[in-house]
Amino acid sequence: MSTANTNDNELQLSRRSFLRVSMSAAGGLLVALYLHPTAAAQEGSQPRPRPKVYPPDAFVDIRPDGKIVIQVNRLEFGQGVQTALPMILADELDADWSQVVAELAPAADVYKDPLMGIQMVGGSGSIAHSFQQYRELGAKTRAMLIATAAERWKVAPNKCRTQESVVYGPGGQSAKYAELGSDAARSVVPASVQLKNPSEFRLVGKNIRRLDSRPKCDGSLKFGLDLDLPNMKVAVVARPPVFGARVKSVDDKAARSLEGVRDVFEIPLAHGTGVAVVADKFWTAKQARDQLKIEWDFKGVKRADSSQLFAKYKELARTAGLSAMARGDAKALEGIDASKRIVAEYEFPYLAHAPMEPLNTTIRFDGDRAEAWAGSQFQTIDQMAIGEVLGLKPEQVTFHTEMAGGGFGRRAVADSHVQREAAVIAKRFRGTPVKLIWTREDDIRGGYYRPMHVHRVEVGIGADGMPSAWRHVIVGQSLLAGTPFAQYMKDGVDNSAVEGASDTHYNIPNLNVSVHHPTVNVPVLWWRSVGHTHTAYVMETLIDELAARASVDPIAYRQKLLKPEAKKLLAALGLLDAKSASWRRKLPKGHAFGISCHESFGTGVACAVEVSIQDERPRIHRVTVAVDAGIAVNPLTIESQFQAGVAFGLSQLMEKGAITFKDGVVEQRNFDGFVPPYMPDAPVAVDVHIVPSTEAPTGCGEPPVPVISPAVVNALSKLTGKRYRTLPLVTV
Amino acid sequence: MATYQLTVNGERKEVTVDPSTPLLWVLREDLKMTGTKYGCGVSVCGACTVHVNGVATRSCMLPISLLGERAIVTIEAMNDDAVGRVVQDAWVEKDVVQCGYCQSGQIMSAVALLKATPKPTDTNIEESMGGNICRCATYVRIREAIKTAAARLK
Repeated sequence: MSTANTNDNELQLSRRSFLRVSMSAAGGLLVALYLHPTAAAQEGSQPRPRPKVYPPDAFVDIRPDGKIVIQVNRLEFGQGVQTALPMILADELDADWSQVVAELAPAADVYKDPLMGIQMVGGSGSIAHSFQQYRELGAKTRAMLIATAAERWKVAPNKCRTQESVVYGPGGQSAKYAELGSDAARSVVPASVQLKNPSEFRLVGKNIRRLDSRPKCDGSLKFGLDLDLPNMKVAVVARPPVFGARVKSVDDKAARSLEGVRDVFEIPLAHGTGVAVVADKFWTAKQARDQLKIEWDFKGVKRADSSQLFAKYKELARTAGLSAMARGDAKALEGIDASKRIVAEYEFPYLAHAPMEPLNTTIRFDGDRAEAWAGSQFQTIDQMAIGEVLGLKPEQVTFHTEMAGGGFGRRAVADSHVQREAAVIAKRFRGTPVKLIWTREDDIRGGYYRPMHVHRVEVGIGADGMPSAWRHVIVGQSLLAGTPFAQYMKDGVDNSAVEGASDTHYNIPNLNVSVHHPTVNVPVLWWRSVGHTHTAYVMETLIDELAARASVDPIAYRQKLLKPEAKKLLAALGLLDAKSASWRRKLPKGHAFGISCHESFGTGVACAVEVSIQDERPRIHRVTVAVDAGIAVNPLTIESQFQAGVAFGLSQLMEKGAITFKDGVVEQRNFDGFVPPYMPDAPVAVDVHIVPSTEAPTGCGEPPVPVISPAVVNALSKLTGKRYRTLPLVTV
Repeated sequence: MATYQLTVNGERKEVTVDPSTPLLWVLREDLKMTGTKYGCGVSVCGACTVHVNGVATRSCMLPISLLGERAIVTIEAMNDDAVGRVVQDAWVEKDVVQCGYCQSGQIMSAVALLKATPKPTDTNIEESMGGNICRCATYVRIREAIKTAAARLK
């Protein structure tokens, strides 16, 4: 429908207010990331988003050949949004799905998340926040096509109907969208449109295969790392062995002598300084980097050490921290006999995201403009950062969203450190594109980890076998402290460290959750499902222990303890019970089942796993998952996200599933030291069941992760009689 | 620098590179065939899997100077490979991919498995695919797709 020209005009127009809007919106992002958006709105801590009109021509291009190109305002990195958002739009548009093409939109004001105010992927919010937006875009486009056809035929628009990219008139007339597109683009965008009744959906709710499968199966799809531009150079950076150390001296003679090395120079880093090597090709750059002789200055640099930190954290956990939740009688625990109490201490290590596609960014600096290519979860922030380094306004930086090979939070970094490094390097090579590549070693040792945590929980059990008093102290670095987002911490509490515990849906009358946020010289970052990675593990293993102590079925115990308003969890548990009862009742000898349930990002999930012990490791024979995510936009994607997401969650249990520090240095180097799950570590089969719903859709990217590890160790506990409170799972 | 004659997907290619350059980077940067992926560089993730004389091989640690006359086959040739095409179709039908970055390597490992063992057991599948990391962890569907492909292969 739009021409390239009108598209550009739209982007230009929207970019005028770019900087101001994105700065003020950063708060919206954080508040909404860490408080549930609905809850935040209710509490009045977040201004309601202004109603905003999105111009359809920035999102939909109906081409003369019948192709309908839909812009996706998100990064695609596996979660399936590049298929789901076009489905939503195409459904309201009554488009012929076989003609739909999806493109990842570049950074622009119009593509910002309607709720968060920046262009981003995070908090499992892509569908939750853009469902209504993409429906309206589709419906408005359809209305414009109908208006155009009705005018041609001199009939009333409400006498026309649409189907499969064709408008039909009352007198047997018909016109393909492709024929109407250019005229429709000039018609008035309706202020409001009638959306379909959900019973009329033709695509939403159906199992639709991904649009990006074939090019991902034949090697033709280009990820950011695959980018090849004329005269492009490749950069790698030698970074200090301890975060924050600086280059004292560098002997680069051997490095420079390699054929194909273009330059070697010191650059500032987010933590210390490093040495960049730029060469014609990656292998040359890497070899040259290996030959650098760098002396580092460690003055004033604190050296993190995992075992010392755990000792310190455990001390801290014995004292009350900053209050995150205080309900009921704070002294209730003291009134309960010691024999009716559980004291549990948990340890969680640092975790690397380690997406399969190593981090990279390509930038060409042309003096008054720049062009950047990156698989980014934070396009708005990364574009601003590149502009800042290059002395350009954000709108002078054309920022292309590249398909990314995973991310799990690692491509949503407030300090844009990868893009800043790339920009510093590109600045020196004016007119020449430079691709910065982080090697896998750089990635594993490069920080921005899920923080390590200690939890100490004291539970007092009531006469009914239910927890009546619960005192929970969490120790872990804040994700927000020390970043521009620190202002969104409330009374010093970073909600991302306590979510899943402080807001538990279990009806515990006397609940006290507090948190300590130590400062440690290790950069930390949200890791797929953020605080729920550890809080769900603690909650769900303790609830299981309580159920076992009370000799009550673990599903029934949870159903009894959940508040009635925890509708999604209760629905998921009910469905789980129905779908897993038959196999749970007839387990082979040496097998046990484990249960867990957890709500995160507005999605309720319950799971049952069948586990045995093989070669001293948990063998996961089967997982049954039940999920309530509101309207299931693409059930096939939801099934796929949960099947794989639970296996991703098992990263936490892997024998070598930890990042550890010794004297400030990361002890792991690559996938041989920090080992993600391989096929034999993953469940053999996962069946996923979706609770039917007419509620607004919620996310499915993160909610699979929290439930799996507690369910597996709950099963292991039945087999061994042990409780598993230290991760990773080094011994069974 | 040295000049090497290679046979890639049945075509003769000539490259002039440092002899230590791994096959992976020759494919990606010199021959501009980016379907083969860099994941770890130390032969533990399988993203760089290609076939060398028909054997699934990690290309990220294989110096070009050691390759000799061996025939190299990459993901780009799978469209025209009888088994490769069936495997790709099964992958699409089963909606296996998520981020997709590891899938070139997964498919190359799966094709090698099915060429050697047309009717693989679960144990065969785990053994042959057990060196390929999928960080999205799409393993359940990879397993299903291999079984689907196996059922279709004569």
